[in-house]
Amino acid sequence: MTLVLSQLFTGISIGAVLLLIALGLSLTFGQMNVINMAHGELIMAGAYTVYMLQKVIGGAGFSLLVALPVAFVVAGLMGVLIEVLLIRRLYARPLDTLLVTWGVSLLLQQAARDLFGAPNVQTRAPSALTGSIHLTDDLAISSSRVFILALALIAVAAVTVVLKTTPLGRRIRAVMQNRDLAAVSGLATGRVDRLTFFIGSGLAGIAGVALTLIGPIGPTMGTNIIVNAFLVVVVGGIGQLKGTVIVAFVLGIVQSMVEYTTTVSVASVIVFVVIVAFLQWRPQGLFTLRTRSLA
Amino acid sequence: MFRIRGRRSATIVATVAALAALTACGAKTDDSSSASAAGATIDTSGSSIKVGLLNSLSGTMAISEVTVRDSLKLAIEEINAGGGVLGKQIEPVSEDGASDWPTFAEKSQKLISQDKVAAVFGCWTSASRKAVKPVFEKNKSLLFYPVQYEGLEQSPYIFYTGATTNQQIVPGLDYLKAQGKTSLYLVGSDYVFPRTANKIIKAYAEANGMKVLGEDYAPLGSTEFSTIANKVKAAGASAIFNTLNGDSNVAFFKEYKSAGLTAEKMPVVSVSIAEEEVKSIGTQYLAGQLTAWNYYQTTEGAANEKFVKAYKAKYGADKPTSDPMEAAYTSVYLWKAMVEKAGSFDVEKVKAAAAAGGITYDAPEGKVTVDGPTQHIYKTARIGKVGDDGLIKEVWNSGEPIKPDPYLKGYSWATGLS
Repeated sequence: MTLVLSQLFTGISIGAVLLLIALGLSLTFGQMNVINMAHGELIMAGAYTVYMLQKVIGGAGFSLLVALPVAFVVAGLMGVLIEVLLIRRLYARPLDTLLVTWGVSLLLQQAARDLFGAPNVQTRAPSALTGSIHLTDDLAISSSRVFILALALIAVAAVTVVLKTTPLGRRIRAVMQNRDLAAVSGLATGRVDRLTFFIGSGLAGIAGVALTLIGPIGPTMGTNIIVNAFLVVVVGGIGQLKGTVIVAFVLGIVQSMVEYTTTVSVASVIVFVVIVAFLQWRPQGLFTLRTRSLA
Repeated sequence: MFRIRGRRSATIVATVAALAALTACGAKTDDSSSASAAGATIDTSGSSIKVGLLNSLSGTMAISEVTVRDSLKLAIEEINAGGGVLGKQIEPVSEDGASDWPTFAEKSQKLISQDKVAAVFGCWTSASRKAVKPVFEKNKSLLFYPVQYEGLEQSPYIFYTGATTNQQIVPGLDYLKAQGKTSLYLVGSDYVFPRTANKIIKAYAEANGMKVLGEDYAPLGSTEFSTIANKVKAAGASAIFNTLNGDSNVAFFKEYKSAGLTAEKMPVVSVSIAEEEVKSIGTQYLAGQLTAWNYYQTTEGAANEKFVKAYKAKYGADKPTSDPMEAAYTSVYLWKAMVEKAGSFDVEKVKAAAAAGGITYDAPEGKVTVDGPTQHIYKTARIGKVGDDGLIKEVWNSGEPIKPDPYLKGYSWATGLS
């Protein structure tokens, strides 16, 4: 029983990581339909932000807290830069966007290599997050995982509040649901796009901060995880926040349970097979958005 | 506005995945050489003799291989200061393998046919060694390989100055057995070295009454170890044998600690973590854990004191010395001894001098002898424990240098492995 519980928590924590990574994508890919292959490198930028801040500030706990807003802004601004310089010129050409942003991702990886050196680097985790919380004698959950879970849930709540209740959120949803109608109603759709992209990219930065608690920081850390994040958004239903949340956790739990009984590689294969089968059955994903648009 | 929906988005995601896979794999290795069968020509005109240094100075392996290149250079400098080899100064030609195996093959060909070097020192991963092996064999040129590896190889044109399995992994297992450990859990990266090593470990365990309770592989570079940590914990083995490579160790040891495991309860024996890696993983995660090597910075002896002092003087007081660095440093001196015995830089004469036996060197790890038939060297196995200061202290050694046995012919349980 302990085992099942601890694996369940492992699954939830894998899900939380997936969710944090996919959350930014659910805005840029889900809401705006932009396939940004450089999203992973924005995550990397967030992670390196922690590394740099720790060098400047020193204290592990304090620099981690400072890193959250700073990484959000750094990654957000990088995202906006990519949007303004490239993606904006390629709307309605998804395959070109894919290739161009893929190029940007290679560029950013090389830039990271030149700036921070080829070897991966480490950050120190604050002492409060290095241990584990003992629920029973046998059942212990790592406190950094709890932190990531909390961070993911807070981020989801914040995005939901912004999308549902603020004027900005209303504009984002309007542009997403019917760009032409939003434009004729007097919305500056270009500006809304940029803001959406800023938030989506900024969330990638936050995800990067969280990832420093689990593994090393390196130029290729983004590419390793980005495919799974795309899967989460697609399976959850494009543009559907709740779909992203549910699928992230389900995928995490399935992955950890299968991995426990088989091996890492087999688990990945099984998860992919399940996803492909699911998309055959429901190509539109778990949830769909009902709109009156014809597309 | 263009909308991507449903199947279409699935296709795009598949494309994305394929792109990612493409960059991850790289190209297949091919020696792509156009060498003459007559053997390599070595440029012996002039007052200096060229040797090649082939290490990754960029890419994921740079962190480790740069330290090897540095110790090779140190050895060459010392030899030059002492008058060189056969009256000639050694002139190193450094090439970057870029952590990319085809590049290694290409650069080794360049060193041999363009620079006409007398020997090449370098390579780290087994993949890079396997990539350059046919190049050296075809050109009949020499490679000195300084890293511990999985054994089961014996190229006539490679000298192996790192440990083979019976000088590192088998003594590691002997030590665990002597400590009364009866069950093992194997954790490794998913590539040739860990899989071969674990095959050997399982054969050993079966013959020695130890139980292997589980075996898990994570892709190279993987950072998700919470499930593996749970599995290890649930299996309750008395020790873990770790063949993970590179950064995965960081994630693994973090999860290991989070799962509440400790070096007292379930020690981990690692074969790819040396002083440099201890520094980057973090001492707080590794203190008390075991490693199996042939040399530590703390190894006693005048030769090592001299080596450590010279290295720190040249590269900085905070730079640790490690096993592969020591093996690289030693390899240059062994080559010098062979050349001097042969009285020539000619590859076949140098090989013959080594085969005749008696090539020794007082290395930092202790006296090493080249084993003529296998072209490996006799090495003392040392089990170490990571201290709170990040250095590794020896807790056990084999007492005398162990004869290299790359195919484990001297071990009855190992029949059928190769």
